[in-house]
Amino acid sequence: MYQIELTQNPLEKIWVPWVSSRLRRRRGSSVPQFTNSPTMIVMVGLPARGKTYISKKLTRYLNWIGVPTRVFNVGQYRRDAVRTYKSFEFFRPDNEEAMKIRKACALVALKDVFCYFTQDHGQVAVFDATNTTRERREVILAFAKENGYKVFFVESLCDDPEIIAENIKQVKLSSPDYVNCDKEEAVADFLKRIDCYRLTYVPLDDDKDRYLSYIKIFNVGSRYLANQVQDHIQSRIVYYLMNIHVTPRTIYLCRHGESELNLLGRIGGDSGLSARGVKFAEALGTYIRGQCILDLKIWTSHMRRTIQTAEAIGVPYEQWKALNEIDAGVCEEMTYEEIQDHFPEEFALRDQDKYRYRYPKGESYEDLVQRLEPVIMELERQENVLVICHQAIMRCLLAYFLDKTSEELPYLKCPLHTVMKLTPVAYGCEVESIFLNVEAVNTHRDRPMNVAVDRDPEDALLTVPEHD
Amino acid sequence: MSSTEDVIMAIPRELTQNPLRKIWMPCKNGLPDKHISQKRVCMTNCPTLIVTVGLPARGKTYISKKLTRYLNWIGVPTKEFNVGQYRRECVKIYKSFEFFRPDNEEGLKIRKQCALAALNDVRQYLSVEGGQVAVFDATNTTRERRATITRFAEQNGYKVFFVESVCEDPSIIAENIVQVKLDSPDYTDCNTEEVIQDFMKRIRCYEKSYQPLDENLDRELSYIKIMDVGQRYLVNRVLDHIQSRIVYYLMNIHITPRSIYLCRHGESDLNVRGRIGGDSGLSPRGKEFAQCLGRFIQDQNIKDLKVWTSQMKRTIQTAEALGVAYEQWKALNEIDAGVCEEMMYEEIQEHYPLEFALRDQDKYRYRYPKGESYEDLVQRLEPVIMELERQENVLVICHQAVMRCLLAYFLDKSAEELPYLKCPLHTVLKLTPVAYGCKVESIYLNVEAVNTHRDKPENVDISRLSEEALFTVPAHY
Repeated sequence: MYQIELTQNPLEKIWVPWVSSRLRRRRGSSVPQFTNSPTMIVMVGLPARGKTYISKKLTRYLNWIGVPTRVFNVGQYRRDAVRTYKSFEFFRPDNEEAMKIRKACALVALKDVFCYFTQDHGQVAVFDATNTTRERREVILAFAKENGYKVFFVESLCDDPEIIAENIKQVKLSSPDYVNCDKEEAVADFLKRIDCYRLTYVPLDDDKDRYLSYIKIFNVGSRYLANQVQDHIQSRIVYYLMNIHVTPRTIYLCRHGESELNLLGRIGGDSGLSARGVKFAEALGTYIRGQCILDLKIWTSHMRRTIQTAEAIGVPYEQWKALNEIDAGVCEEMTYEEIQDHFPEEFALRDQDKYRYRYPKGESYEDLVQRLEPVIMELERQENVLVICHQAIMRCLLAYFLDKTSEELPYLKCPLHTVMKLTPVAYGCEVESIFLNVEAVNTHRDRPMNVAVDRDPEDALLTVPEHD
Repeated sequence: MSSTEDVIMAIPRELTQNPLRKIWMPCKNGLPDKHISQKRVCMTNCPTLIVTVGLPARGKTYISKKLTRYLNWIGVPTKEFNVGQYRRECVKIYKSFEFFRPDNEEGLKIRKQCALAALNDVRQYLSVEGGQVAVFDATNTTRERRATITRFAEQNGYKVFFVESVCEDPSIIAENIVQVKLDSPDYTDCNTEEVIQDFMKRIRCYEKSYQPLDENLDRELSYIKIMDVGQRYLVNRVLDHIQSRIVYYLMNIHITPRSIYLCRHGESDLNVRGRIGGDSGLSPRGKEFAQCLGRFIQDQNIKDLKVWTSQMKRTIQTAEALGVAYEQWKALNEIDAGVCEEMMYEEIQEHYPLEFALRDQDKYRYRYPKGESYEDLVQRLEPVIMELERQENVLVICHQAVMRCLLAYFLDKSAEELPYLKCPLHTVLKLTPVAYGCKVESIYLNVEAVNTHRDKPENVDISRLSEEALFTVPAHY
């Protein structure tokens, strides 16, 4: 009879073989394998086709779901090499001097990609440049082949002059290249810049490029062509790209109104709203009506306190189980003092790595992100949405929109009775924080100085917010 | 939905928790009020008609049946309408490909009637019976036929999504004919040669009038064009959530032959004591099973086998005995029995007799207090199913409720049947896709284990006696 001894990693509560000798290799991976080799996502398209927008957004998404990803914007390398941008003439196809510089920049960027994969444990690199000639793409393919990287092209095609004009307005006018120009000049110069590329632009070809893996996006998503999708990560990327849109809209995030358990300083549970919580719900209703939002969708969790809050607004809402607060397992409905009292080691481990820490019989922030992914995907599809959720949930969602790291995420400030209004703008998100003027307890516990397992209780409880 | 400024200030309604599903709902005078909130995300706000397009032997029926199975499993009531089936009911005996000749006026009349009869049934299903998606499975190869369908959909307020399958690879078409046409009711008394000959001529009848969906002429339509069994996809105007999910699903399925092995962890210490849930280790018999499983897998000689477990000790211990790399999925964890975790059925009856009865009344939708329902399980298992579709040979070592959900997906079992599927310990189910479904082989690995299957008792009333509730509890120590 063989012995399979397992031990549970105290932080993440993952079962691993108990290694009595160094020869025993750990066979189980606790995260599904997205891919077995690094992947290069290579953008293709004329200027002002949304390549950088897609690059940044995709990178933000992949990092949020746990795939280390980085953007390599060749234009940035060019700006570092050629300090001052004079005019579109730099991009003329017959400007040999400039051609040399541009090619050199691309190669430096590729070198950095190599370092990212080999030294920095990156998994996906987004190579953001026009890459409009077959020749340039061959260079990249050869580089990838030499190093065992997979390549996935993302080509954006658009011939709608209105979309291009809007694009130039949103992101080019504020570009470092045009810092001292007036609007008219910048637009005129940029349009000539696009023309420089047009002459040599060879789009991915259905026939000649049939063995390449790519997605072609037409006119900001009215049509897509996907070719030879190789693996899980490419499939997820395609799904994501097919769900995002650029229609202006606003996302409102807030927590439920103050709950009975909040007042007692207890975490989790499924209690109802306190008197002040009810007042907040009414204030929220007034605020939302005042915003006069077109076709607003309202989402809540399955927990009583978010639903009670939504009821006060008086319009239909959808309940998502995926929006339920983090499951604190054995610590459900405890105060921090009680957790310190009964589970001091757990309490310390949580302070050591709050993102990966999983409550016994409960969840971690890392688990939350995985269960919130369909919510994020649907948020991307939708337009105006109000999400009434919980502290840990709101931190995860906010981290996605504001591109926060897993270190920052669990400490993001999401106070009660405060609405965060998010509006996509340029390459990111504008945030407006609106306190609805109804007092509530503070539920935010900062990371204490001392996170050692043998610390004194006072050290552990130093940052616990006040409660009844 | 109109702008929120039109709504009068509402007094928040009281909430009550539905005892079966544990869903909070507004109530008036203690009774559930008009339910304005939905329990899950709205897939679409009107019924959807999926219309297949393509020459014969392009996998339209394969796609229709698979898609229908997937949508029903994730909770979207879907039904397929195969026009060929209507034709077989109308023209009792199939003689030859001549029926399909484009100059056969009699044949054309019958075929058009069948299509209209099918559309009529679609209307019945979507507008009267509460169906959400109807899959209209026919060649639909002419622009004229598609226009008829689009008009029908517009009249009835349905969205239309076309799924076109285009393929010119003769070996794929030949394989298709061998897999599904030889067994067709059309060809019951023919030998292989005859079938192939006739069917190829049948395809040719359609070829002349075939008008594929066109990038320009059909640019306002919503569709996906699948080329060469998934080498390439063209997706146009995806309108809503359900269409987006359908596209994602279609882009992840493949037809490469492979096998999926499903089994539970070896018998656990809690199993032996008749207790549910928990995170215990394997019993001695469970460890023996793990070793047998290792030998079995080796003997199967499977190419590139992926092994998946949950994050619970008992599945991981089982996988460790195989001596190969495995991946842990939290999504494969057993159903969370909430306050009933680690209890015996006898204890649940003693402490929560009402809950116990509700569970027997609707085992699929019943959610344990502070726990999960089978319905919740399906939602959390959807990414697992999606990845199983992408993969080839996989062994999934999981748990009873989880295995029931996965099995129900592969074998197209209803929500009523699902929670009572038999998934005994120490038994491997080998699933091999074949024709339009799945072949199942059940392999008991000859290591004794307790029975953990509790059938639905006769009496599910909340007023029932303890003995009646515990009648079907399997024996344990």
